Amino acid sequence: MVQFNLPANSKVKKGQYYKDKTGSKNIRKVNVYRWDPSKNENPRLDTYEVDMDNCSSKVLDILNKIKNEIDPSVAYRRSCAHGVCGSCAMNMNGKNGLACTKAHSELDGDIDIYPLPHLKVLKDLIGDLSTLYKQYESVEPWLKTSKINAKENIQSKDDRAKLDGFYECIMCACCSTSCPSYWWNGEKYLGPAVLLQAYRWIIDSRDEDRKERLKKVADELKLYRCHTILNCTNACPKGLNPAKAIAEIKKMLATA
Amino acid sequence: MSAYKIIDHEYDVVVLGAGGSGLRAAVGLSEAGLKTACVSKVFPTRSHTSAAQGGISAALGNMGEDDWRWHMYDTVKGADWLGDQDSIEYLCKEAPAAVLELEKYGVPFSRTEEGKIYQRPFGGMTKNYGNETVQRTCAAADRTGHAILHTLYGQALKHNTEFFIEYFALDLIMKDGACKGIIAWNLNDGTIHRFKSHTTIIATGGYGKVYYSATSAHTCTGDGNAMALRAGLPLQDMEFVQFHPTGIYGHGTLISEGVRGEGGYLVNSKGERFMERYAPKAKDLASRDVVSRSIAVEINEGRGIGKEQDHVHLHIDHLDPKVIDERLPGISEASKLFANVDVTKEPIPVVPTVHYNMGGIPTNYKAEVLTVNGSEKTVPGLMAIGEAACVSVHGANRLGSNSLIDLVVFGRAAAKRAAELVKPGMKHDEIDKNETDRCLDRFDKLRNSEGSNPTSELRLSMQKTMQSKCAVFRSEKTLKEGVNEIRKPYDGMDSLSVKDKSLIFNTDLVETLEFDNLIRQAITTMDSAYHRKESRGAHAREDFPKRDDENYMQHTLSWCNGSKTKINYRPVHRSTLTNDVQYFPPQERVY
Repeated sequence: MVQFNLPANSKVKKGQYYKDKTGSKNIRKVNVYRWDPSKNENPRLDTYEVDMDNCSSKVLDILNKIKNEIDPSVAYRRSCAHGVCGSCAMNMNGKNGLACTKAHSELDGDIDIYPLPHLKVLKDLIGDLSTLYKQYESVEPWLKTSKINAKENIQSKDDRAKLDGFYECIMCACCSTSCPSYWWNGEKYLGPAVLLQAYRWIIDSRDEDRKERLKKVADELKLYRCHTILNCTNACPKGLNPAKAIAEIKKMLATA
Repeated sequence: MSAYKIIDHEYDVVVLGAGGSGLRAAVGLSEAGLKTACVSKVFPTRSHTSAAQGGISAALGNMGEDDWRWHMYDTVKGADWLGDQDSIEYLCKEAPAAVLELEKYGVPFSRTEEGKIYQRPFGGMTKNYGNETVQRTCAAADRTGHAILHTLYGQALKHNTEFFIEYFALDLIMKDGACKGIIAWNLNDGTIHRFKSHTTIIATGGYGKVYYSATSAHTCTGDGNAMALRAGLPLQDMEFVQFHPTGIYGHGTLISEGVRGEGGYLVNSKGERFMERYAPKAKDLASRDVVSRSIAVEINEGRGIGKEQDHVHLHIDHLDPKVIDERLPGISEASKLFANVDVTKEPIPVVPTVHYNMGGIPTNYKAEVLTVNGSEKTVPGLMAIGEAACVSVHGANRLGSNSLIDLVVFGRAAAKRAAELVKPGMKHDEIDKNETDRCLDRFDKLRNSEGSNPTSELRLSMQKTMQSKCAVFRSEKTLKEGVNEIRKPYDGMDSLSVKDKSLIFNTDLVETLEFDNLIRQAITTMDSAYHRKESRGAHAREDFPKRDDENYMQHTLSWCNGSKTKINYRPVHRSTLTNDVQYFPPQERVY
């Protein structure tokens, strides 16, 4: 029989309940996925009662409040706190996003915080992104040009504008980890984040390797596992459109 | 400390940190054929260089006449004459080539009508030795740092730099006054790694997180600075902390100086463009220390905005929305997210916010670390670059867009110098067991802390003290109180509480190690500020309002052992590097 349930050791158990100690009248329940690799235990969902009267506006502020005031053992990545470094990507009430830019007022009811879906969890909210980083390397994200001149490459304003909407990607992985195709074939399908990066170099007017770059991604698994589900575009916290980048690559290949 | 399994590595050079300067150094080292390890506590593109917005300065002259000597004069003046002019000459002269190199690496710079790199006006950047505004700051919209960081990471991949990502560096390995490598903790699997290297390059960035409100990332904890202190080396000019004039009120998010470069201006509660009073010529584009002090005066004198009259407004609603869309898209996004403001219609509430550390590990213009033993001498095997270093090109106050250029110029210089000093495959010294033990003893002691003071409480106490006692304006009274109070959180470590004892991604312990790093820098900052009895650049003393060139044309050096500091000075370099330019003697500084 095919097993459709999670293996027994992956089932998320009910965890600890941290009751509010501040006496606040404005409490929100926050459920946080916990898993400690050093203990031989199942993952669990700990619940924290958080005093919202003394909490800033974003989900990251809630996590920092939990870590600083309730439970210092909660592990998550965070750095810039304003949506440019891409560290604090996670799943909040079922949707991927950056905790530092996601306002908790936009989330209804109790807040559920999970790691990005379908990554190997390293600890609590920290997922293993090493496969995605390797895939990023595979698209050779650097300018290829044979020109050796003392001055800069000339690029028209229009050609430069073609990079807008693509060079801004912060590689938070919200898109790729929301993509069912990437969940299923993550080892082989490059996924929306990496294909967007590939496209960024393909359309750079200064780059002389366009044909080779296109050839390299023109692969049933690397590229064509995109089935235009559009979860990626829906998930991108920077308002970018990875699905469009993928569609453009497919179009370029079809019309080449 | 034999309880920890140690994994040994041997590299020609180890770069510690993978932001703009660390990556640029790593690229140069790999190009030179040196076996290079780049060790970082975060994935490279998460480094804080990504947050730099407005641009990178270089006298390219793409948008009107420019000269690197003018850039040098502006930098010397911006630094309030505390910068070393040999280093500043090097920075400004090398800047154009460094930016063109970045363009060739693939940085998506904004473009002029002719397709050249777009340059915008920035604070303190002038033509012809202070005469009129120049457009010198090369920009990729308002995401220049992001664009540069991602491009440099790509270059490092191209050159097969070996990365050790999410490794938290613990300490330098020293032997007879020379650096022999580092020890780091791999967060991914909890193992301890010892890297032997002939040269170690510290590129760990600033330590903005000693303050409560800063534009700095959570990870800006100056780990390399603290490692230098623990190795018995001094830090330089730590009292010079830059407050950026425009952090979003209440949140601290940076609003680029590029906003004022593109025509934005500040107003007080009376609707006055008050900068006209403080800097009649440069107005809103005076240097950052001047603008931040002006805002602080407006607020102190009751002309602040809001219920608490504690901030001012930054307007760009008069600009063409198309210009905002093309050149300041990130600002629009941040203003919406963190101030709920539509910048095309409303002003942004802003307040001076801690942004940059001019101080750091003293180096010469080749990035070699200096110490003082009677006179200047270099520390064999050790270099520092970027915000962690104090070259000193920024002196008492850094000009906007001079930090990104600092990263790449001195990242490149470090690689060049290391390639002169180290030959591929040179034999490594044996490392003294005591050095490893000393490092792991500290690690183990912190990890097994069973006291009653959570790290977060001690950190908050440190941050509040720095914020209230070592702010834009300082005085004997506040600093004296600060010198005492800042030692309380240090003493609190005697009864520290670390709840998580595990070794894989133990972020409780990471934050504790970071706090241990921060508090040493907070102490040296406070003590250095207390001892400088003059006003210069970002260090404004109410009780000593004038600059005192007779006594203080000197860099402060501070050593720190536990909570005890030793303060000493070394003279500012009063000569240039070559005869291409004349030394700029101190003048009165008006904008």
